[in-house]
Amino acid sequence: MFKVRAIVASFVSIVLISMLLIRLFQLQIIEHAHFDTLSDNNRVRLMSSPPNRGLIYDRQGMVLAENRPTFSLDITPEEVDDIDLTLEALGKIISIRETDIKRFKKALKRHKPFRGVSLRTNLSENEVAVLAVNRQRFPGVDFKTKLTRYYPLGSSAVHVLGYVSRINEKELQNVDSSQYSGSSPIGKVGIERYYEKELHGKVGFKKVEVNVQGRVLRVLEETKPVPGKDLILSIDARLQAIAEEAMGDHSGALVVIEPDTGEVLAMVSMPVYDPNLFVHGISRKAYRALQQSGERPQFNRALSGQYPPGSIMKPFIGLGGLDSGLVGKHEEVFCEGYFMLPNEERRYRDWKKTGHLDTTMKKALAESCDVYFYQLAYRMGIDRIFGFLDRFGFGKKMSIDTTGERSGLLPSREWKKKVKKTIWYPGETVITGIGQGYMLATPLQMASATATLSLHGVRQQPHLLRAIRDNQSGETQAVKTLEQKPVVIKSKRQWKQIINGMKEVVHGVTGTARSIGYDLTYKMAGKTGTAQVFGIAQDAEYDEENLAKKLRDHALFTAFAPIKKPKIAVSVIVENGGSGGRVAAPIVKKVIDYYIHSNYGKNVH
Amino acid sequence: MYTDNLDSQKSGGLRFLQSMHIDPPLLLALLLLTTCGLGILYSAGNQNIDLIIRQSTRLALAFGVMILMAQIPPQNFKLWAPWIFLLGIILLALVLILGDVGKGAQRWLDFGFVRFQPSEMMKLAAPMMVAWYFADKALPPSFKHIIVAIILVIIPTMLIAKQPDLGTSLLIAAAGCFVIYFAGLKWKLIAGFAVLMGALTPLVWHFMHAYQKQRVLTFINPESDPLGAGYHIIQSKIAIGSGGLYGKGWLNGTQSHLDFLPERSTDFIFAVFSEEFGFMGVILLLSIYFFIVIRGLVIAASAQDSFGRLLAGSLSLTFLVYLFVNVGMVSGLLPVVGVPLPLVSYGGTSMVTLMAGFGMLMSINSHRRLLRK
Repeated sequence: MFKVRAIVASFVSIVLISMLLIRLFQLQIIEHAHFDTLSDNNRVRLMSSPPNRGLIYDRQGMVLAENRPTFSLDITPEEVDDIDLTLEALGKIISIRETDIKRFKKALKRHKPFRGVSLRTNLSENEVAVLAVNRQRFPGVDFKTKLTRYYPLGSSAVHVLGYVSRINEKELQNVDSSQYSGSSPIGKVGIERYYEKELHGKVGFKKVEVNVQGRVLRVLEETKPVPGKDLILSIDARLQAIAEEAMGDHSGALVVIEPDTGEVLAMVSMPVYDPNLFVHGISRKAYRALQQSGERPQFNRALSGQYPPGSIMKPFIGLGGLDSGLVGKHEEVFCEGYFMLPNEERRYRDWKKTGHLDTTMKKALAESCDVYFYQLAYRMGIDRIFGFLDRFGFGKKMSIDTTGERSGLLPSREWKKKVKKTIWYPGETVITGIGQGYMLATPLQMASATATLSLHGVRQQPHLLRAIRDNQSGETQAVKTLEQKPVVIKSKRQWKQIINGMKEVVHGVTGTARSIGYDLTYKMAGKTGTAQVFGIAQDAEYDEENLAKKLRDHALFTAFAPIKKPKIAVSVIVENGGSGGRVAAPIVKKVIDYYIHSNYGKNVH
Repeated sequence: MYTDNLDSQKSGGLRFLQSMHIDPPLLLALLLLTTCGLGILYSAGNQNIDLIIRQSTRLALAFGVMILMAQIPPQNFKLWAPWIFLLGIILLALVLILGDVGKGAQRWLDFGFVRFQPSEMMKLAAPMMVAWYFADKALPPSFKHIIVAIILVIIPTMLIAKQPDLGTSLLIAAAGCFVIYFAGLKWKLIAGFAVLMGALTPLVWHFMHAYQKQRVLTFINPESDPLGAGYHIIQSKIAIGSGGLYGKGWLNGTQSHLDFLPERSTDFIFAVFSEEFGFMGVILLLSIYFFIVIRGLVIAASAQDSFGRLLAGSLSLTFLVYLFVNVGMVSGLLPVVGVPLPLVSYGGTSMVTLMAGFGMLMSINSHRRLLRK
């Protein structure tokens, strides 16, 4: 009787223990993978270590963008006996404001006691030094260093470099977001943006084991970050500074190109702003001030500004005329102060009311005779003008290696039909001859075309990057110049004929820029321009009568030197500057003077 | 392995154990289990030597109590049973009246020099009392006797449930019921009681404390409150499940060593073991428990009088219930009730009671054999 009960009890024991085993089998064998993942999720955290951003240098090795340590002061609550006492003592040696303490105390409540809580950011060097000396007095008080972007030249070359700032949601969607974990900055405009991939490097990862409070106990796996590559730009920072200074208070743009290589030696857009404002996140007030400034300092006029090129198109139209045989080298066109199309009443005026009288190509360039080029343009027709100027790169992006470049506008019959929905009128051809009308060009295009002219048609793609240095391998890789389809004309002598005309602009007795020519120690070829104003709105239609009254003309000058062995090509536009000869040409002279006298022979090539 | 024909070839050591009324297989299993327990505790307590020393001291004390109990002939237990039971009831009543407040429930009596938990004493006193009641009666018992026995079980159960200590009161109820079962409760009545219990569940629910209800609710759906009450069960299941077949290795359990597993030295120590030793380890550990239970049942079956049989059978099955409730709770089969893993969890009181019980088992066993000789 009892034995049966004992046997049943044994059987029940087996059943109960089997139930446990089945349950444990379910957890440990069947659902093992699931729980294993949960267990790893519990204890393993991925932490990213942002890479150091590559530095940017000018062609001489001057630092244009660097990373500076900024110090913040952290307090680890569990290592501090009396927080209030510590705060009071700290307040005696560094500046701690009421708001800092308030913010700190608030954060203190949210953080785990072993996590550092930030008390101050952006400590000055002085404060860091004082704290370092007193360090043992403050257990649990620590500096945290973070490298942040710094532009030592401030606003100089800002339109070349651009700036970095904290990445935003939209940008995160377009990049590999894992590469930007840990709130890294990202290039927003300019070189910083265009070469973001090279500069950024690769983010490093640390797989760490944490306990239930999140305290890091050990590093399980580590991938070190790969620092970004350093960029060596073609920009010459000193030349850039000279050019910026020469621009004075004027708004406008200036581009300097080395014709042989296409390297951009300087690229100025005025006014400028301080890129350092953006690195830590610009204050709303400062940003509004930038945005509301009528001068639009953030607008890169050198690449995004599209201006009517005015008379500086004359050498190119002239070359087209010689090449097509529609005008002879010594052919004289009579200028009586205006030009009229056959069967039309309208008078196309010359800037000189009395006229230039008998005018050859050389004189037409030197004195910037409008009638000569009205006549020539009329002879060539818009199709031929378009075909010829197109070969210099007008109306197309030059694909320079930075952001914000615009294409300008080289009008054609097709363009007009497509965009304006009307036919091309002969009068429009006439004003295209002096770079007015629909035509728009960027300062970069003007400088590049001038460089092409100086080399008798050899075209180098303009670029800003000269070399790239890999910090890992220590290798520096030079950027190859990219030669583009050259401008070939039938008779090479015609280049010289045009350049002679441009030489007369500077060195001739009647040249429009003769005021800069008398004390030059080298020979310069240039061309002045005065463009009737469109402002910087690109789509505004040309309305000669109204606009001209409202605003002063833009002053332009384009030049290269020395004539025999061109080393530098410069184009400048001074917004509302008035006369190209009086305002724009002296700026260019300062830039070329500096370069020829002090610089180009000593270049590190 | 201990068998009867071993008698002829006994070594000196075995003879000594026998003279001390110690059952060698049971002793071996208990030593094995408590040694494993110390190993797990060493890991669960983050290799805290102090913890091991304290637990070892308790174990030594508990084994001492076991040996002491083994020396007492079962007739004396039978003689003392009513008085111990009565004392237990009085002390339980005292606890309710002036007991210390501990862990949100009144369980302790503070005598100044020692803190005493009368419910622990009742774990042994209740089955002893019921066994005493049936000892001289004809078995299977009559319906009237069964009713009296049930009342004897219900009184301490209710007193302890009132403290409230659901885990212990259930264990005492189980211990008493096992005695009734072994006394020969009709199978039909057992089935009837099972149905009745099912029907009474809503009533029980009604009388439960809020925190007890919460435990049951959390048990049913632990994910409903993953950071609150459900956290224990979730983390415990993760620990067990991530152990897999072979475990993460001794001292290598991440759930326990990184503090994700709460109460890991006490109620949830089984999860630490499962994480570090895996399913293979679990099979071995449960085998030791199983062996102890079966050994107890064998002792019960071969006991010579009713009192010994009933008490031995009840103690063995209660030990199994301990194990089942703890492992069931840790693995999410049962709601979280505070029942430690017997002889392994850190803590003294229940260990001493358990070992006293095993001492009684040994006494019942060895005094039988002495009589036979």
